[in-house]
Amino acid sequence: MSLDNILNHWSDFRKGSEEGGHHNYEHRWAMAINLDLCNGCNACSIACYSENNIAVVGKERFEKGQAMHWLRIERYWDQPDKVYPEQGASFLPMMCQQCGAATCEPVCPVAATYHTPDGLNAQVYNRCIGSRYCSNNCPFRVRYFNFYSYYESSWPEPMEQQLNPDLTVRDKGVMEKCTFCVQRIRTVKDKAFMEDRKVRDGEMVTACAQACPTSAIVFGDTMDEDSMVSKLWKKHQVERGVYQKTKLAKKNTDLRGYRIFEELNVDPSVMYLERVREDI
Amino acid sequence: MTMATEKDINEQIAWAKINTDVLKSMENPRPAYWVTLFVCVAMVSCAVLAEYIQYTEGMGTANLNNPHMWDMYISAFVFWIGMSHSGTLLSAILHLIHADWRKPIYRFAEAMTTFSLLTAGLFPMIHLGRVWNLYWVLPYVSDRGIWPNFRSPLVWDAFAISTYLTASMLFLFVGMIPDLAICRDNTTGWRKKLYTLLSLGWVGSDRQWRHFRKIYLLMACFLIPLAVSVHSIVSADFAMSIMPGWHVTSFPPYFVAGALYSGCAAIITLFILLRYFFRFEEYMTLPIMEKTCKLTFAIAMVWTYLNLIEFASVWYGHDVYNKELLIAKATGAYAWIFWTMIFCGSVLPFALAVRSLRRHMPTMFVVSLFLNLGMFLERWMIVAPTLSMSQEPHQWDIMYGSIVEWAIVFGSFGWFGMLFLIFVKVFPSVSMYEVKEMVFHRKRSAGEEDLERMTDHAKPATQTTTGGEGA
Repeated sequence: MSLDNILNHWSDFRKGSEEGGHHNYEHRWAMAINLDLCNGCNACSIACYSENNIAVVGKERFEKGQAMHWLRIERYWDQPDKVYPEQGASFLPMMCQQCGAATCEPVCPVAATYHTPDGLNAQVYNRCIGSRYCSNNCPFRVRYFNFYSYYESSWPEPMEQQLNPDLTVRDKGVMEKCTFCVQRIRTVKDKAFMEDRKVRDGEMVTACAQACPTSAIVFGDTMDEDSMVSKLWKKHQVERGVYQKTKLAKKNTDLRGYRIFEELNVDPSVMYLERVREDI
Repeated sequence: MTMATEKDINEQIAWAKINTDVLKSMENPRPAYWVTLFVCVAMVSCAVLAEYIQYTEGMGTANLNNPHMWDMYISAFVFWIGMSHSGTLLSAILHLIHADWRKPIYRFAEAMTTFSLLTAGLFPMIHLGRVWNLYWVLPYVSDRGIWPNFRSPLVWDAFAISTYLTASMLFLFVGMIPDLAICRDNTTGWRKKLYTLLSLGWVGSDRQWRHFRKIYLLMACFLIPLAVSVHSIVSADFAMSIMPGWHVTSFPPYFVAGALYSGCAAIITLFILLRYFFRFEEYMTLPIMEKTCKLTFAIAMVWTYLNLIEFASVWYGHDVYNKELLIAKATGAYAWIFWTMIFCGSVLPFALAVRSLRRHMPTMFVVSLFLNLGMFLERWMIVAPTLSMSQEPHQWDIMYGSIVEWAIVFGSFGWFGMLFLIFVKVFPSVSMYEVKEMVFHRKRSAGEEDLERMTDHAKPATQTTTGGEGA
């Protein structure tokens, strides 16, 4: 953000947040998560830990709420009723929603979190000074802070051998969060560029989507009309930048798609497909 | 005024006696002064130890966790910024509206402003994950063309607070110059050297007084909008977010009212302490105390009103997150803190409306401490419950600070006390020349044209061509 850049693109900066943070997207990575398929097995979370060098904080610190699970499985229990006295748990995999109008971005004093042309909220670890304002302003509470230095406790020798060399290990005082496996995106994009072609649908798979045994998580580029994720979004009539009505308002039970906290107008990139409860 | 006959200050007090009394205060305070100073230093030591642990181990030692990324550090930051406002109220606003009863007490109030800002300035550093990169918040020229994010309220904070701190320090210093000259003329040794340097060659000539009056008025006018803007910007830290309980339109005036409130309560506390430590009974008189108490009471009522406005707008606004949060504040795990806050902030100030209580120093000392306790809890009730119960129900949590966090917050009071007590020992905590002015004007308005006791180095301003402040 140099001075020339500010002066030359003043109108862009003024409109930036209202219109979704960026104007010339190369990709818009997005997800569709089918909650009907999710059985809460946590494989996605484990895959995320190992792909992204996430520190394991230990039992006591987990209980204190200092865990770093970029992808967490939220469990909810519905109120029992006459038809369904035993509801069981509902699972909801929750990760950074890579909002189009992210609330975390404008509040960072040093612009350590910003919007990329890929439609991601990038977190620059080296720039982060740890004011933690971004996390406070995240309605999904999916930003995780390195409250301690975990390198020695989380990967005792020889476990440091399992670290992913494609990305860093973060030290204390830095905020981190789900990146949609940005290192994989980078690799795939580089490969496509070298072969002088576009990124193919299904070529880029996040660790969580790859690990999911029921294929509940579909990842792809919504700029690509033919991608699986675009089709799912279209099928369930979920659109970016448009205030979505809930299923009840749509009055069509086949439309299961919704985005969390739609009313906050943060334009999340993750669409969830509601769980279906069948009549006994 | 019920007691029209009671005077703010004894008009017959001789100017030489004012000098002697104030200068004496810098030499031989009561033993309680040293005890308090020792306690303050001990508190600072605890905080330094705690900060060492937190710095080496990480922010987790303060019990911060995922929903609670901010906690008491930020409440303490807001609290100390807030306390700084009443010094400006007394020294600048009351100066402009010619309320001359402020004169014996504004100096220490202005010092309180500066030192509470210095205390507040510590907290952004203490709470930062990587404090060694703090300077990245400032727009320094970098060869990589990297700037801070000017949209972030934290960057506005950095500008607002550093401006306010600079301005209020200058204001404190400029207002002290004539007094420093008096000190220079009456001391020896290191004090003489210090005051010679700081009094900038003040001899009390007409020309110097004329310039002095101009710059003092100018700085007073400059400081008032700053004081209002600083706490408005601090409130923007919360108001600019989208969190329930933070995203409140009325926060800027609410914060400014709360700031003036806690500052006035602190002035009452320090008033009583200084009056006792330095035997200032003749200057910090009961009528002045009563006026301060009335002012505090009025501000307390403004604060209560704004509080009710906030509750009402949440209640009738029907924003589900906000409303649930308000109900949870009043009935949930933090209810005892909420109701203590309401009691200390809105009920207890009625003690200030009772004349016999206002005039009883020990009672007022305790009451003023409780008022500030209420204001501290208010800041905590703004910061923490929102994080405990934000939009995402999976991340709801209840959290209380660890011993490390408590020690640092506790130590900040020691740090403030230490700086303040050192200041009042080294510099005159009662403005000598302004008390002389006050005595002079009061006497003249009472019809006595006795101007014989004027001395060279402490001429009141009305004797100059500019006319000064008037009576």
